[in-house]
Amino acid sequence: MKKTKADPKGVLTGAHYLDGDHALAEGALAAGCRFFAGYPITPSTETAERFAERIPMVGGVFIQMEDELASIAALIGAAWGGKKVMTVTSGPGFSLMMENIGLACMLETPLVIANVQRGGPSTGLPTLTGQQDMMQVKWGSHGDYAIIALSPDSPQECFDLCVEAFNLSEIYRVPTFVMTDECVGHMHEKVVIPPAEEIELVERKWYTGPKDKYLPFKPDTDMIPFMVKVGDGYRFHITGLTHDERGYPVINAECQNVCVPHLVDKINLNADKIIKIEEDETDNAEVIVISYGITSRVTTRAVRKARKAGIKVGTIRLITVWPFPEKRIKELAKKIKAFVVPEINYGQMVYEVERSAFGQAPVIHVPHCGGWVHDPEDIFKAIKEASK
Amino acid sequence: MTEIRFSGFGGQGIIRCGLIAGKALSLFDNKQATMTQSFGPEARGSACSSQLVVSDDRVLYPYISAPEILVSMSQEAYEKYEPELRDDGLLLIDKDLVKAKPPRGKIKSYSIPSTRFAEELGNRIIANLVMLGFFTAVTRVVSPEAMKKALPGLVPGRFLELNIKAFDKGYEYGKKILADEKKPKPTKQKVKK
Repeated sequence: MKKTKADPKGVLTGAHYLDGDHALAEGALAAGCRFFAGYPITPSTETAERFAERIPMVGGVFIQMEDELASIAALIGAAWGGKKVMTVTSGPGFSLMMENIGLACMLETPLVIANVQRGGPSTGLPTLTGQQDMMQVKWGSHGDYAIIALSPDSPQECFDLCVEAFNLSEIYRVPTFVMTDECVGHMHEKVVIPPAEEIELVERKWYTGPKDKYLPFKPDTDMIPFMVKVGDGYRFHITGLTHDERGYPVINAECQNVCVPHLVDKINLNADKIIKIEEDETDNAEVIVISYGITSRVTTRAVRKARKAGIKVGTIRLITVWPFPEKRIKELAKKIKAFVVPEINYGQMVYEVERSAFGQAPVIHVPHCGGWVHDPEDIFKAIKEASK
Repeated sequence: MTEIRFSGFGGQGIIRCGLIAGKALSLFDNKQATMTQSFGPEARGSACSSQLVVSDDRVLYPYISAPEILVSMSQEAYEKYEPELRDDGLLLIDKDLVKAKPPRGKIKSYSIPSTRFAEELGNRIIANLVMLGFFTAVTRVVSPEAMKKALPGLVPGRFLELNIKAFDKGYEYGKKILADEKKPKPTKQKVKK
């Protein structure tokens, strides 16, 4: 893994007052993204707009595609052409991307997708918030595969985690998702963009051997295969069919049993390196609230009130949502009375907490079906209930 | 923590008011300001609003629930948002565009002919800047220096000077109103019999 510094051309160093959508675009540019293909959809359009406006100054390509299927297809092509690539979407657009997200996983293609979540299902609430695609991002395409998903709680983190998402997608050759939401996407706050030399990036692992010896899917010692740029003269084949190291289709169980476990294992076996969570006062906690994105900020208000009321409550904020930090949850489950999981959906990440708690601690869900953030009072009540 | 709502009709620069004040507070006044805007079927001409939550520490809950300060530049917006203003809040209106009811509770109300002033300065489009100057003087939530520093990038470069002029006009008007308030009211002279 070769580390590099950001290209100053793409880095808008300084303090800005930005919304989350715009911060995503700046994060992408700072990370070296030079190709964006997308289809506008509320509440994510501002990211595409900003990228389109800024990319001529930086040097790169913005294409408005005919739909979301084509957007991912274009990303896959451009990534194999050697670019760092990104798209942004929401709601129905995310559903339309699912098939080609599976293709990107199968082809082990690094790309970044930001989902500015809105209330669903279907067209749902175009202009209002939701956290209802948290399971879809993990399971939405057919077959077995693994992805990485991050969840920012502010415009500042939209920038920071977008850079991080590009690094992770390059390290693991995997689609990486920034799962934000309408509230953070449309919220303006101070965003500090550091100087280019302080932004650490990861360079794609390029193959430099003989042109006729390149194997696009042969795992290196770190499990991750090398890449080349299409057009540089390497002869190779890629397909969505189950394939061998050469990328040639091999339609049998033996090859499937090598190809698919690799896709899942390269993420799961590296989970400890990938996962980032933020813990607060979990050591002596009786109750632990687990939340992510905007909900974690609202949670803090409820937690402060609970602490004032004498309840020993800790928090875990999931910065990485997938892979899920199951080890840590399992560990904590043995020591506490209960978990509380507020999220803006009718039950998604709560099932991961339940699974990881392994029956050692009850899990209280605080659902919200979207359109607004939680009333902190509802979370407070759940904490109180959990402390009994 | 202070909750503020700017309101008016689409096209008046209401969202811009929130952006300018939010940027001024966050970047130049050392505060944390979270700005959200109403995203609905708002089109040019219908009620529209932007909201600011201002705090010394991190803003946890991004939306406003009962604002201390309401700025209204249209009748429709005033009627829609006045009921949520706190009983001891501050109400700022464009006096030519909003016919306010007698203030309830301990609400303090201030008015300025912001659109008329803007027209006098040459363009009604800068009425929002007149209002922002007035807002800055009357509420003292944000410093005038920070507000002016926030303008580049948020108003077109060639109109920067005009926008600053509009801001100053509103600011001076607001200062004057506050100064007049402090002056002792003339007592009625007793008529000598």
